[in-house]
Amino acid sequence: MKVVVLVKQTPDTAELPKVSAEDVRSGKIKATMVINPWDEFAVEEAILLGDRYDVESVAISMGSPDAVDALKHALAMGVGSAALIDGSALSGGDMWTTAAALAAAVKAQGADLVLTGKQSVDDNSGAVYAGVAAQLGWPMVSAVTKIVDISNGQITVERMVEGAQETISVPLPAVISVGKEINEPRYPSFMGIRKASKAVIPSTPAAELGIASGSGKTQWTNIRKPEERKTKCVIIEGATVEEKAAKLVDALLAEKVI
Amino acid sequence: MSVLVWIEQNQNGVVPNSFEVLGKAKEIAAALGTQTVAAILGDSASGVETVRQYGPDVVLAVTGPVLANYRLSAYTAALRKAVEAAGATVVLTAATVRGREVAAMLAGQLDAGYAPDVIDLRVENGRLVAVRSVYSNNILADVMFNSPIQVVSVRPRSFPMPEPGAPGGEVRTLDPGLAESDVKEKVLEVRSTDTGEISLTDASIIVSGGRGVAQDPAKGFALVTELANVLGAAVGASRAAVDAGYIPYKHQVGQTGKTVKPDLYIAAGISGAIQHLAGMGGSKVIVAINKDPEAPIFEKANYGIVGDLFQVLPALTAEFKKRLGK
Repeated sequence: MKVVVLVKQTPDTAELPKVSAEDVRSGKIKATMVINPWDEFAVEEAILLGDRYDVESVAISMGSPDAVDALKHALAMGVGSAALIDGSALSGGDMWTTAAALAAAVKAQGADLVLTGKQSVDDNSGAVYAGVAAQLGWPMVSAVTKIVDISNGQITVERMVEGAQETISVPLPAVISVGKEINEPRYPSFMGIRKASKAVIPSTPAAELGIASGSGKTQWTNIRKPEERKTKCVIIEGATVEEKAAKLVDALLAEKVI
Repeated sequence: MSVLVWIEQNQNGVVPNSFEVLGKAKEIAAALGTQTVAAILGDSASGVETVRQYGPDVVLAVTGPVLANYRLSAYTAALRKAVEAAGATVVLTAATVRGREVAAMLAGQLDAGYAPDVIDLRVENGRLVAVRSVYSNNILADVMFNSPIQVVSVRPRSFPMPEPGAPGGEVRTLDPGLAESDVKEKVLEVRSTDTGEISLTDASIIVSGGRGVAQDPAKGFALVTELANVLGAAVGASRAAVDAGYIPYKHQVGQTGKTVKPDLYIAAGISGAIQHLAGMGGSKVIVAINKDPEAPIFEKANYGIVGDLFQVLPALTAEFKKRLGK
């Protein structure tokens, strides 16, 4: 069974607050770039599936040539191979442009299963994998917390929605996005890191997959930092904790937020 | 032309976030000079009368046995039929797990522009503009569309919950024209995880605990929960508290947890790391309870008590009980 894991390179979550509007406008993010943390769960799951089934795993990313670092992280964790779609010559695209490129790559790989994180920590869209499924006409299940079984051309999974857990079965090939509850991603081993650092990752320009510039259906404008919350904190004083509690309750009732 | 809203239903009936979206949809439709269509999918037309109380121009009931349980492929196909029948140019869903995947799949299939999890919507020069909060709430962007159909999912609590009124709006029915053999997914089990707890994303009041509970985490979160219960509030937590194993991940508020927007957020023993603020900075009123008067949370709070949460929380719970007559 061929499992393709879709990964993205994103800013380190700890550094997201320092990303500036200009960084986003220019696409030159001045932050430490890492594998999208949500995608690590998908990489881990692909490796774990290898313990249960006969799996060949491939990590694929669409992005700038720098995104090989995210792919090397996946290799160091233990996926079998990796491939980059170089999107650096593309402009004016959107989530569907990325989805089209990834769908073409997934198809070329002859994948049975696509795994990916529930969303990226930068675009936060959780839509690219839906676009991949839509392009390929494959079933999709999002927010998966457990892969129960893969047999007879069917995959059975559990997933969480608000207020319920569903057990769903879909035929392969399929696209699955995973949530944080599914596993605990491993740290790459020393041997894994050494192997990954030597790996030569093939790169295909997006144009070779038939992806053209200017195909986006949406574009971002007026990119800005959110307004800083400007509050003057009223520190509640009092002789006893009971007095402080009473004064705070007075204030909150006056605010009409209770 | 019309603005179509998918009215989501679960085991408890219509998901209330759908009405927040419907309320805003009416404004958008008025600005675009068009109608609001509420599409409700299922095996029966139950829910139609509830939806009529929120005043769409048309309630489109798409009914068929195939739509008994929510299944992505069936619901996407039925919504496509509804979009076509209503001549919809704008399609809105609530950004719940189901609302987000169905919106993404619909937009992907229609090759339509999609703005996920938006926090605001407006019409400018006759065009829809959606506001997104990206980079985990560290950047805002306006999304402009250049496709004939525009699909949007709306983050819960972005718009006020409208008041129900006298039922109105024309009811139309639509056969999705789907056979069981057209649907790829089988739902083997739906297990309710509804514990009666209020969900963080829907809560108008949240009481959260952080590392400050460390000396006795079980007692600390019991005190947080007691106050939450008195206020009808949801229980939240900082990442530090979740990582330390004091409370499950589903309670985590912040950049890698849930984004919340309550009227009142009470942070007990939370220092206020920038990653936590990214998830709750939109709260109307923030109360900070912390032993450390220098904790950064006080800079973002409206009210603060410098003190030990193990003493302050029980006093607050007792005071609220007294005032609220509980």
